[in-house]
Amino acid sequence: MNIFVCVKQVPDTETKIVPRADGTFIETSSIKWIMNPYDEFAVEQALLLKAAVTGSTVTVLRVGGVKGADEGILVEGDDNLDSFSTAKALKGAIEKSGKSADLILTGKQAIDDDCLQVPQILAQMLSMPSVSVVVGFENNGGKLMLKREIEGGSLEVYEASTPCLVACNKGLNTPRYASLPGIMKAKKKPLQQFSLADVGVTDADRKVKYSQFQLPPEKPAGKKFDAMDDAKLNSVVSEVVGLLRNEAKVI
Amino acid sequence: MSKTLVFTEFSKDHAKSVTLEILGKMKGVKPDVVAIGDFPTSAKEDLAKYGAENIHVLKGDALKNYSPEGYAQAIHDLIKANGYEYIFAGSTSIGKDLFPRLSSMFNSGMISEVTNFSYDGSTFSGTRPLFAGKCLAKVEFTGAAPHFITVRPNALGLDASPTAGAGNVSEANASVSEIKALIKEIVKGTSEKLDLTEANIIVSGGRAMKNSENFSILNQLADVLGATVGASRAAVDAGYAPHNMQVGQTGKTVSPSLYIACGISGAIQHLAGMRTSKVIVAINTDPDAPIFTKADYGIVGDLFKVVPILTQEFKNLLGK
Repeated sequence: MNIFVCVKQVPDTETKIVPRADGTFIETSSIKWIMNPYDEFAVEQALLLKAAVTGSTVTVLRVGGVKGADEGILVEGDDNLDSFSTAKALKGAIEKSGKSADLILTGKQAIDDDCLQVPQILAQMLSMPSVSVVVGFENNGGKLMLKREIEGGSLEVYEASTPCLVACNKGLNTPRYASLPGIMKAKKKPLQQFSLADVGVTDADRKVKYSQFQLPPEKPAGKKFDAMDDAKLNSVVSEVVGLLRNEAKVI
Repeated sequence: MSKTLVFTEFSKDHAKSVTLEILGKMKGVKPDVVAIGDFPTSAKEDLAKYGAENIHVLKGDALKNYSPEGYAQAIHDLIKANGYEYIFAGSTSIGKDLFPRLSSMFNSGMISEVTNFSYDGSTFSGTRPLFAGKCLAKVEFTGAAPHFITVRPNALGLDASPTAGAGNVSEANASVSEIKALIKEIVKGTSEKLDLTEANIIVSGGRAMKNSENFSILNQLADVLGATVGASRAAVDAGYAPHNMQVGQTGKTVSPSLYIACGISGAIQHLAGMRTSKVIVAINTDPDAPIFTKADYGIVGDLFKVVPILTQEFKNLLGK
C-alpha cells in the first residue's frame, strides 16, 4: 500500500499572533513552528499501517512553511497559499513521486488558517472518496471502516475501498512523539524538493485573497466580584444572575 | 432567477438556525435554497420568512444518508443547471465537509467559516478569524464564479425584521452515480443537546473540576439553562471529558450568547476558541487568572460553592 501523509507547519498554539503593519499577513520571524497537531494523528496512522501491511511505503508531503530538512517531498511555497493552490501542489507532488496513492492521510484541519478545505479539494482532484474528522480506522485488506465524528459526538460509520483520503481527528490513535524527521531519516528516504512551478501551480490557482490582518477588538473590562468569603456567596451570585437578565439580557 | 443559493439542513423539523441567519443577512438578494432528502413542511415557513424565493428539494435513493460525493454531485448539477454564482452554507459538519469538494468540482474558490460578510448579489467580502480567532482578516474571491462560502453558526444572529420571499418548493430527483465512501451506520451520541458549535449557552469546566464525576454539577446548571457542556484542553488532556467537548484552538471554536467558564484559567488557546462569545462569565479562585480579562462578569470564588447556588438562582428565575 502506497501511503502519502500531508503535513503542514503551523505556529505553536501558545503563539501570540502579531499582524504585519501593512495587514498583508502575520509576522512570522519570531514564531515557533510545530507540526500541525492534527497531522500527528495522520503520521501515526501511516506508521501503524506500514507496520501492519507488508510492502507499504510512506511518503510525507509538505507544502510551504519554513525551510527544513524533513524527509519526503517538500514543495517550496509562500506561507499563505490558499487551499486550492495547496491542494494542487500536493496533487503535483504525488505525481512527481511516481507512485500511485492508495491512501492519503491528512489532519482534519490546520490550526493556522482553519479552513478545513485541502483534504476534500485534493480528494476531488484525484477522483477519490474522502472521509473527514475521522476518529476510528480499521483496515480489512484494503476495505476501510472509518468513523467520522459529527455534531453532538455522534458518529457516521463509513465503508470505503482504497484509494481513499482520510482526514484524521484527535482521538484516532496515540502519536508516539518521535520526531517526524527522526523517523523518516532512520529509513534513509531521499528528500525531493520542488518549486510550485515544478508541480504545476501558478498565480492563476489562487482563488481567495486575504487582506487587513488585524487583532480582534479588545473587550472593555468587565465587572469582577469577590466571593471567596462564604458570607458573600449568595449575594454575589444573585447579583450576577440579575445582571445577566437585566443588563446583558441573555437569560 | 437569483444567482444566489443557500444550502440548508434541518434540526427537529426546522431549518437550522444558521440558514436563517444567512438568509436574513442578504436582504434584497432574493436567494434560492437547496435541501437534500426529506423536507419537513414546517421548514418552508421559516425559510420563506427570511427571504427564500425558490426552494429546491433534491431526492434520490443514493441521498438518503449524507455522503460527500453524493451530495456534491446533486448540488453540482443544480448549480450548473441554474447558473448560481454564490453558494452559501452553514459551517456545520456537513457544510465543512461538502463545500470544499463541491468547490473543487468547479475548480473554484471557497471561503470557510466567515463570522460576518457583506454581499449585495454581485460582490462578496467576508471577515474570518484565523489562528482560532487570535486574529481576523478580510477575505475576497479572486477567481471566477461559482464561489462557495460557509458561515459560522451564531455569528451573524437572526435578522430582527426579515423580508419574506415566495418560498416556492419544488422537488426533483437527482441522479447520482457511484458513491465510493458510503455510510453504513450512524451511532448516535448520548447527548440530545445542541452541539457546542451551535449552542446558544455553554457551561465549560477546566482542570479545577478535578475529575469527570464533578462535571455533573455543570450538567445540572446546563440542564436548567438548556445549555451544552464544554471543557478546556487541560480538562480533556487530564481525561475529565472527551475531545468532542473541547473548546479552543485544538477543539471547537464557539460563539454562544452566554459562556460560563468554571475553573478555567484561560490559556491563550482556550481564549482564542471562545472569545467571540457575546457574554462571558468566569468563575475561578485565582483573581489573576487570564480568563477574567475576557469576562464580562467575573466571580472570584470556588466553583464547587458558586455553581450550585448559580443553578438554584437560575431555577428560581426561570420558574423551574
